[in-house]
Amino acid sequence: MAELTYREAVAAGLAQEMERDDSVYFIGEDVAAPGGVFKTTGGLLERFGPRRVRDTPISEEAIAGAVMGAAMTGLRPVGEIMFSDFFATCWDIVANQIAKTRYMTNGQVTLPLVIRAANGGGLRFGAQHSQSVENWAMAVPGLKVVAPSNPADVKGLLAASIRDDDPVIFLEAKSLYPTKGEVPDGEHVEELGRAVVHGDGEDVVLVALAAMVPRAIEAGERLRDEHGIGCRVVDLRSLVPLDVSTLLESVRATGRVFTVEENPRLCGWGAEISSIVAEEALYDLDGPIVRITTPHVPLPAAETLEDATIPSASRIVDTVVKEQ
Amino acid sequence: MSVVARWAREAKLDDPTRLELYSKLSEIRQFEQRAYDLFLQNLVAGTSHLSLGQEAVAAGFAQAMRDDDFTFCTYRGHAHTLVRGASMTGLMAELLGRSNGILAGKGGSMHLTSVENYAMGSYAIVGSHLPIAAGAAWAAQERGTGQVSVCFFGDGTTNIGAFHEALNLAAVWKLPVVFVCENNLYMEYTPIASVTAVEHPGADRAAAYGLESLIVDGNDVDEVYGIATTYLERARDGGGPALIEAKTYRKGGHSRADPAKYRPPQEVESWLARDPIILYRSRLLELGVEEKTLDDIDSEVLTAVDRATEEAKAAPPADEELIHADVWADGGSRWRN
Repeated sequence: MAELTYREAVAAGLAQEMERDDSVYFIGEDVAAPGGVFKTTGGLLERFGPRRVRDTPISEEAIAGAVMGAAMTGLRPVGEIMFSDFFATCWDIVANQIAKTRYMTNGQVTLPLVIRAANGGGLRFGAQHSQSVENWAMAVPGLKVVAPSNPADVKGLLAASIRDDDPVIFLEAKSLYPTKGEVPDGEHVEELGRAVVHGDGEDVVLVALAAMVPRAIEAGERLRDEHGIGCRVVDLRSLVPLDVSTLLESVRATGRVFTVEENPRLCGWGAEISSIVAEEALYDLDGPIVRITTPHVPLPAAETLEDATIPSASRIVDTVVKEQ
Repeated sequence: MSVVARWAREAKLDDPTRLELYSKLSEIRQFEQRAYDLFLQNLVAGTSHLSLGQEAVAAGFAQAMRDDDFTFCTYRGHAHTLVRGASMTGLMAELLGRSNGILAGKGGSMHLTSVENYAMGSYAIVGSHLPIAAGAAWAAQERGTGQVSVCFFGDGTTNIGAFHEALNLAAVWKLPVVFVCENNLYMEYTPIASVTAVEHPGADRAAAYGLESLIVDGNDVDEVYGIATTYLERARDGGGPALIEAKTYRKGGHSRADPAKYRPPQEVESWLARDPIILYRSRLLELGVEEKTLDDIDSEVLTAVDRATEEAKAAPPADEELIHADVWADGGSRWRN
């Protein structure tokens, strides 16, 4: 085991797969010589050379289009969209072309590609560089959506995403980039569509994703220690595919469900979770499903405002205590 | 008659290319005419965008392309897909929503694709396929396959962002891609000149990306074949991308819903007088090709179109079981366990 930061795990995952498979290429804005604006891809240019690690112009449609065209003709490319907010400038390629072409061509086209992006708030960048857009991608049939919560998963899930034969939107939580964690030595590949449960409390389950996972874990510890409420946290890890069976097991074990979502309220992924739980496990519930989300506002920039907007461990604790 | 391409002046009369070009023109013309007739008989649902009048661009390029060069085209893509060798029955059946459609009925007229013929898809959002075609060229460049990506689009596409992003990337990465602007003078219903800052929407933009300004008579299949050969070869040899503007004209409207009444009668008349099939047929006759040879080609094509129509009509409707197939590479559509 080595301790890596979340940002170092990105380069580690890419390097592992580029080493293994010559058809893996990586392109994006400022990714090669500068090593990424979040310093996630440093060292790759030196290791794999300027053809396989390549800077692009500020052209998100060209990046998304190039990885699509290359994926359908023999490469296994990874593209970076610097901030996930910028998906809005290439959403045609992502949602209309990448997501639908296999289906529309009756399976003639296969698109083994990954588009990575820094997602979510925490850096006081304001409403156009801090959004959590996982629910945009989740709403489009044909896209897999992966969002890791720790360095080991960054490496393992990125590797799995690159090896997957379908298009994957890989969302890195930018507030987690400096966080550290143990990453297994040697080849590390996780499985898409398998959630992980932290803890075994029997009172409530907190269902979380990406940057909300460490906050939910912290809240769970405080709920146990300060309020005697036993929590378990389900880290979904991917929204598509969605590990419903692990989710429902935890629902049955606890009887109370709280979702913890960074995305704004309407149509956040937690709404789908709530719907599934209501349809399939209603009689296992001891009380209403509660969603803890960012309110339905564009994310404000100032520290005090951003902190008050995105769910915090304290807000999770307060909500659970009040509702329990 | 325009100045005929060098290849045509120098080619021998019995060069098979001449009759192959004629055959491709005839195939597109008769297929599209039949598609139109089937619309009128209410056998085709949805929309359709025909290449009647624009056949020479598709025919000339397809003739010049290597078998494994990539075609990327737009929703006006019947011609480009057919002419790469896709199954005529499969294409016709797709328009009719039948189970033997080339996409099993899941794509329809605007998304015709035949990967086995390197026809990599018809893209129905204006501009989207230019970066994708550049991506295929990038893969060909990296894999050293010698393939060239050829990307067809309309004049209206030159005003959308993806056009410029793709041109720039192709130029800076020196990609083996040939962009072909089929300028039929109208972006859907609006004259392109009234919404475009330059006179030649494709060619006048080329300089911005360090490319030559290239205009070809898109109704003269010899000219198209000539320029296509030149720039495909150049791209294949590492010379980078090209942007070719082919001036042409639709015989009819933008789509089936459009009677094209906005076009001045004189303009229509002068372009129809330069119908690419009439033009090429009379050139071949002048060169001494027997009329019967051309008539035989036409009737062979007609037989094929008739057969495709019958095979499409006879097939059952698209299979509902396929609704859940092929969202994912595992063949299914499951998003949860």
